[in-house]
Amino acid sequence: MTLAAIKLGKKNRKNIFLNKVKKLLPEGGNLNACLTCGACASGCPATGLGDMDPRKFLRMAALGMDEEIIKSDWPWMCTMCQRCVYVCPMQIDIPQLIFNARTLRPRDERPKGIRDSCDMALRNESTSAMGTSPQDFEFVVQDVLEEYQEAQPEFADMQAPIDKKGAQFFLNQNSREPVTEPDEMVPLWKILHLAGVDWTYGSRGWAGENYCMFLADNDSWETVTSQTVGQANKLKSKTFLNTE
Amino acid sequence: MVKSVVGEENFIDMQPNRSNNYCCGGGGGFLQSGFKEQRLEYGKMKDSQIKDTGADYCIAGCHNCHAQIHELSEHYGGNYPVVHLWTLICLSLGILGPNEREYLGDDLKEVNVFHPETAF
Repeated sequence: MTLAAIKLGKKNRKNIFLNKVKKLLPEGGNLNACLTCGACASGCPATGLGDMDPRKFLRMAALGMDEEIIKSDWPWMCTMCQRCVYVCPMQIDIPQLIFNARTLRPRDERPKGIRDSCDMALRNESTSAMGTSPQDFEFVVQDVLEEYQEAQPEFADMQAPIDKKGAQFFLNQNSREPVTEPDEMVPLWKILHLAGVDWTYGSRGWAGENYCMFLADNDSWETVTSQTVGQANKLKSKTFLNTE
Repeated sequence: MVKSVVGEENFIDMQPNRSNNYCCGGGGGFLQSGFKEQRLEYGKMKDSQIKDTGADYCIAGCHNCHAQIHELSEHYGGNYPVVHLWTLICLSLGILGPNEREYLGDDLKEVNVFHPETAF
């Protein structure tokens, strides 16, 4: 006697999470190509956290277990480092699956720390996760620069330009340096000075971190990125240097 | 770059390296996600990898990695100093002042200090 084939789930397959993500990605992220070999899970530092691993997460998505995926905190414990893609014989884009899983929860139910950092970045044109204003950034940079020009006369001519037009490089800066440890900005300035590099910060969009991206808040991510890229373009810088 | 700064014989790469290397766990928003216990657990692999090199210092490429690995170094008791690349470049050039040495270990704190009189 032949057994009837087991039917998995009652969902409309077209509408499951996995298939929605496939539509967003080139080649569907190869999300249907999993051989279940486990190479991803065996080398993933997040394997075992929250009783999850990359292979299991992909299998759950393939089985249409969308509710369990929404409940899982694991998408916030994966850093989307890409190692699983490198080792995968089928180059399956698990990190994109994870990123999109972050969007499944309402914004106000995503991790507060990441959300607050994104909201800070939206507060003013700095795009700083610490909420620092363009004026405060300009003040700190100028103040630290003058202090070092005086204390270390060999660097009396060193510059830390803000909004210089037509510079070769537009540099961004992690907020924590100007805000909590300004002396850590100086070694990089010295290297750029000695190498004769033509560079500038922007008074707007100077902050390099982008927690709106990590929050998977795509509109806010775009706002933050547009701010910083817009400033670089406005200054007619030729190369955008992301120091983050 | 690192080899030219510290000397070829002093550079010890981690294993595995390049695209087979392991993420430290500071990225992707993990540092701000609130899942601290899991973040430190995640970083255990990176901490072991660093300890296995036997190197005295770890160089971090970005601020997120620096914050995470620095915490791993203290949390798992390795207490190896974690430095930004710019710190070692300036140290090797003899232009690292007394107030730019926050992350150097005691063995290098007083070495080749640029304008030591400006310490505060």
